[in-house]
This record gives sequence, C-alpha cells and structure tokens, in this order.
Amino acid sequence: MAQSAELLSLSPPGWGGNLLRGLSHSLQIAFGAYALGLVIGLFGAYGKLYGGKVTRDLLAIYTTVIRAVPELVLILILYYVGSDIINKISTAMGGGRVEINGVAAGIWVLGIVQGAYATEILRGAIQAVPPGQIEAAKSYGMPALMTMRRVTIPAMMSFAVPGLANLWLIATKDTALLAVVGFNELTLETRQAASSTRAYFTFFLAAGFLYLMVTLCSGGIFARIEKWARRGQPSLKGGSR
Amino acid sequence: MDTAKAVSPTLEAAASIEAIKVEDLHKSFGTLEVLKGVSLTANKGDVVAIIGGSGSGKSTMLRCINFLETPSSGKITIGGELVEMHTDGSPSNRRQIERIRTRLAMVFQQFNLWTHRTLLENVIEVPVHVLKVPKAEAIARAHELLKRVGLGDKADTYPAYLSGGQQQRAAIARALAVDPSVMLFDEPTSALDPELVGEVLTVIRDLAAEGRTMLLVTHEMKFAREVANHVVYLFEGRIEEQGPPAEVFGNPKSERLKQFLSSVT
Repeated sequence: MAQSAELLSLSPPGWGGNLLRGLSHSLQIAFGAYALGLVIGLFGAYGKLYGGKVTRDLLAIYTTVIRAVPELVLILILYYVGSDIINKISTAMGGGRVEINGVAAGIWVLGIVQGAYATEILRGAIQAVPPGQIEAAKSYGMPALMTMRRVTIPAMMSFAVPGLANLWLIATKDTALLAVVGFNELTLETRQAASSTRAYFTFFLAAGFLYLMVTLCSGGIFARIEKWARRGQPSLKGGSR
Repeated sequence: MDTAKAVSPTLEAAASIEAIKVEDLHKSFGTLEVLKGVSLTANKGDVVAIIGGSGSGKSTMLRCINFLETPSSGKITIGGELVEMHTDGSPSNRRQIERIRTRLAMVFQQFNLWTHRTLLENVIEVPVHVLKVPKAEAIARAHELLKRVGLGDKADTYPAYLSGGQQQRAAIARALAVDPSVMLFDEPTSALDPELVGEVLTVIRDLAAEGRTMLLVTHEMKFAREVANHVVYLFEGRIEEQGPPAEVFGNPKSERLKQFLSSVT
C-alpha cells in the first residue's frame, strides 16, 4: 500500500503527475473532438434533411464509411494520411517537415469520427420535433435560421441529449486509442509508468479510477442538461413540473 | 408609398379596404388537384367562414394564403400587396413573404404551441424576436392578452400541462400578440373535446365582435352562421356557393350544399 502511494505521488519519483497530465490531455481532446463533432453533426443533420441530392449523397457516404470502419483503423488512417498530406504541402511550399501537434491532430481525427455519429443523432432528433411547431414559426414570419435557433434546436434537445451523452462518454474513451499514434494521453502515460516501475496493477487501477471519475461527473452534468432540455414535458412518473 | 399616387382613386380605395384577395388559386399535390381555381376577397372587418366536407380543399386554401403550402398557380394579394411568386408558385421574395406573414396570424387545429416555452414565452416569442418589440413592452402586452383569453394565471405554465381548450386559447393570444391585420383559423376547435369547444368559440366570437378580419375554416355550422358575415362553401376544390350566412344556410341553392348541410346538422 505504502509503496503504491509512493508510486502514485504527484511529484517525482512518483508518477501521479504524469497520469494527471495524461488525463488533462485526454479531456482536452475529448472536449475539442466532441465540440467539433457537434458542429459537424448539426450541419450534417441539416444537410441530410434539407440539402440537395449531392449534399445528401456525400453525407451518406461520410456517415456510412466512418461508422463502418473500426475507430482504431480510422485513427491510423486519418492520422498518418493527414500528417503526410500536411508535410507534402509544407515541403512543396518550401518549408521543412512539420511537427504535428498531438492535441490538434487528436481533436481533428476524433472530431470527424464523432461528427458522423452526431449527424445521425441530431437528424433523428430534428425529425422527432413535431412539424407543427416549426410550421408555426414559419407562419409567423420567422426566418429559417431564427427558426432553427429559437424553435428546432431547443425542441429537439430533449430527444438528442441521451444520445449525445453516450457520444460524450465514447469520446472520453476513444482518446485512449490515440496511444497507438504515440500521443501521451492517459492510457499511454499509464503504460509508460507501469512498464517503468513494473507496478502494472497499481497504475492501470489508478487509470481506471480516473476514467470512472470522468464518467460519473459527466453523468451528473448530463442529468442536469437533460432535465433542462425536457422542461415543459410531463415526466412519465407524473408529478412536478 | 410613391407608387400608390399613380393608382387611380378607386383602385386605391379598393386596396385600402381589401384585406385579402385570392385570384384563381390552383393547388395540386402530385397528380391530385385539390384547388381548381378559387377566387375570394375579404375586406377589412370581414369574418369569412369557409365550410365544406373533408377533402374539399378548405384547409389547403387557408394554408396557401400565407404560403405554408405553395400554390400551383394563382395570385394572392394581402393588404393591397401582391405576393411575388416564382412560376412554380413558391414565394420569390423571402423578405416580402416573411414580412407579410407577420401580419397574418394563424391559429392551427393542433394549436402548435412551442412546448419548450411557457405560455408567456410563447406569446412574446414573435413580437420580441421577429418584430423587435422591446421585451418589457411585449411582456406587459402578453399578460394582458393571456388575461383576456382567461389564462391570466397560467403565464408561467408549459403548454403540456393545459387542456386542449386552454392551449388553443393561448394560441389565440399568441396570434393576437403580433397585432395581425388578418387572423387565419384552421379548424380551431376540431381537435377539442366537445365540452371544451365552447370556451374557444367564445374567444373567437369576441374577436369577431370587435371587428377583426378573420378567415375561419370550421365545422361548427351554428357558429359560422352566427359570427360570419360571409360564408364560402367549397366542394372538390371549387367554390360551390357563397353569400351571407342567412342565404347560404337558410336558403341554399346548390344541391350539394343542401346535402352537406343536412349531413352535418
């Protein structure tokens, strides 16, 4: 026990600081990728619902391919292809090799993956909004963008939040996959600490605990968001408004 | 308006009293022609009741007036202003149609209140965000309107907690909040339980009495006879008969109208 505590202490020779730094990187990527995924998802959903034929076809290819290929493979493809392209452009323009920022790369790669799932979640949620509410906005002269902001998005939130909460938890855990491209997020930091000290059990248990904490906090936050999104809807249990 | 000066005095006078003018309106859904050339004029202060069997095109006609449905052809003039249309019937001037829609307030069969907003928020939504009325002013007016439709104590309640009749009265308050030049009622009592119909009709009757211009699609024949000053009977996409209620209901000329009236009363 005492030995474990020493190994996990925040300052060297303990590895606790490394783990927390890894966690912070993981969360940065998860936040960034989730936000990017939501933006892609919103445009994707509207594109799928109201876009022209070409837009709809392109989006169908995007969501199908991204959701069909295992995330690990996607990460390898997008990361190596992405950095290769950036380097080719850089050398073509006379610059040297570019050091790819791990956080930025992670956000882009996971964001594109998240966007495909978010597109489908939000498309379903928008379709679940009673058309009459959107029609009412239209009939009172509300412009399309204002209708989206004032009516469609708030009304679809209650349908979207459970799916989006799932997506967030997946985002936090998908960051672990970035270990394969050598990005020092929580899982990679844990592995390094564990292999250096041979204390595998201690470190992976600690990492598991950190992931669990993230999940529990997220659960609490999403419960509040869902309560807010469902305002005005009587609950199935009946009772308070 | 500068252009108005060029118009002859009689036309100008006509435009100032004409609230809605529909000319030769056609509407098809695919191969099904729902409206086969309907023309209708409502002057300011008119209460026009539109009656007819289901599938006669009465709701479609009402929805074409504010372009919730795209007419296939025809002309629609609101308050003397011709709505600009593409050849396919869709409004070609987005700003114009949005501006015109703010003067036409629609009350729907299914109420269509925004369920994530309280009654007060529903009523101030369009004045504040579309018409840019100062929020405090809109709120004061909304309280007044809710009180007027008998929902003064429900301002902070969400629509889902109200009866259908209360929701429809709130929807009428929302319509009044934009101070419309014409109100369009699309079967406002058809989704209500029988005992709730009366409270909604009372509100509409009051509005008619104060001289509001209204187009009212309804199945309530007794009510139509009582509040309307002009009744239009639609049959299979055409106006079969129209006139003052006493004539249309008391002395129908068309066989189909006679049949229709005997079937609904």
